[in-house]
Amino acid sequence: MILLADQLLVLVMLINLVMLGTSRLIFSIRAVAVQGVILGILPGLIHPFSGHLAGITVGIILAKGIIIPYLISDAVRKAHIRREVEPFLGYVPTLLLGAVFTALSFAFAEQLPLAPEHKELLFVPASIATLLTGFLVLTTRRKAISQVIGYLVMENGIFVFGLLLSEAMPVMVEAGALLDLLVGIFVMGIVINHISREFSSLDTSRLRTLKEE
Amino acid sequence: MTDIIIHCAVALLFPPLLLGVIGKTKAAFAGRVGAPYFQPYYDLIKLFRKGSVFSETTSWVFRAGPVVTLSATLIAGLLIPLGHHDAPISFSGDLILFAYLFGLSRFFTTIAALDTGSSFEGMGAAREVTFSCLAEPTLFFTLITLARISKSLTLSDILTHPTPMIWLASGASMLLLAGALFITLLAENSRIPFDDPNTHLELTMIHEVMVLDHSGPAFGIILYGAALKLFVLGAVFVNVALPFATGNALLDWAIFIAAMLSLAMTIGIVESVMARLRMTRIPQLLVGATILSAFALMLVLR
Repeated sequence: MILLADQLLVLVMLINLVMLGTSRLIFSIRAVAVQGVILGILPGLIHPFSGHLAGITVGIILAKGIIIPYLISDAVRKAHIRREVEPFLGYVPTLLLGAVFTALSFAFAEQLPLAPEHKELLFVPASIATLLTGFLVLTTRRKAISQVIGYLVMENGIFVFGLLLSEAMPVMVEAGALLDLLVGIFVMGIVINHISREFSSLDTSRLRTLKEE
Repeated sequence: MTDIIIHCAVALLFPPLLLGVIGKTKAAFAGRVGAPYFQPYYDLIKLFRKGSVFSETTSWVFRAGPVVTLSATLIAGLLIPLGHHDAPISFSGDLILFAYLFGLSRFFTTIAALDTGSSFEGMGAAREVTFSCLAEPTLFFTLITLARISKSLTLSDILTHPTPMIWLASGASMLLLAGALFITLLAENSRIPFDDPNTHLELTMIHEVMVLDHSGPAFGIILYGAALKLFVLGAVFVNVALPFATGNALLDWAIFIAAMLSLAMTIGIVESVMARLRMTRIPQLLVGATILSAFALMLVLR
């Protein structure tokens, strides 16, 4: 079971790279959804079965795998955008940076004073790599929607880290975090719709200028 | 001894059949009957019977190009184990020689193309070199990863080492390696989605441009060399992706041949269902393959 969890974490890291390399928004939204579903499956593989666990699994898959991706793709459809054009940094450089960050997170996880039973697993490097990927997407893409996706990926990274503690983490805390995320996505969706209505473009770098040119 | 003879016979006679199978698969997808399986052999025989025309502006480099390319590929074919039998030639560190034999053959193909003085061929040479320098790290990362898993530096050990046990133990990195190797296989042999071996359209082709000025036997050697290269890299892929050995020598050869034929069919299917990538997207995919193999190395090193 632990072995399978490790392979799934490899998949999570590969999805990170896919996200960095693709220019199609719908595709990266689907990738985030798949990542969310994998994250939902993971707790069941590493902890013994309990009601708490079943609740987490169903909640995560529903929220990260279905509702949030649906909300974002709805926003994409309403704003009529399909591609991220001209990111601040090209796709190949971000992909390479993502690979370097993944390697660094492996190196960093080696240094951390972890509990011995967590040392052999991929959880910590995967979580840091996902976090950094989300950070990279947030900072290098122009479109507001890509930035929302980056934010989601970052949250996924934090969630992977939390998996190690999921015995100690009460349901209420997790539910609160998910609710926060959901509300965040809602607000972002509304903001995105407003930006697209007012400015006819979702390019956030234009929001910095005070006057229209 | 018999294994060495079979090795040489398979490596010399089998490669054009792969092209025939790819062609037949593509024809089946397009709803045509297609050329017979042995068409590449007929083409080669036809070309070897023809006379050659050499441009007056070319030097000996142009004539040496196809010959050096073919001989380098042949030596590479002797270095790899086929169907879990050890290779005829093997020594410690031969994986470096293996990778750079392809480098040598590419170098001669490109300078033979530049030797013609045609700007068109120069463009093809530039493209070929650009894309192959992106594909080379993938091959090296893959070989290093396999060397690390098998703790050996000879290709025979490295490539016969994968077993179902290793696939179970480090499945993720083996899967990544197989994926990266398949992408390299398509890129190195200028197949779709990187290059279309059938097109002669100026703007899009890479490999085909460089051999336009060759004719007759020289062109036959180039076609045969290309088939051999497909065979050699395909054999590397099959060794990694199909980790079964029965122990019975003849049965292993049969399994190997069947695996190569199904690999040719897979390439044919990929070519039928995919469109060619835009030129600017090709580096992206190649860099992606490099990252996959580097990632596999990282997982193994850990």
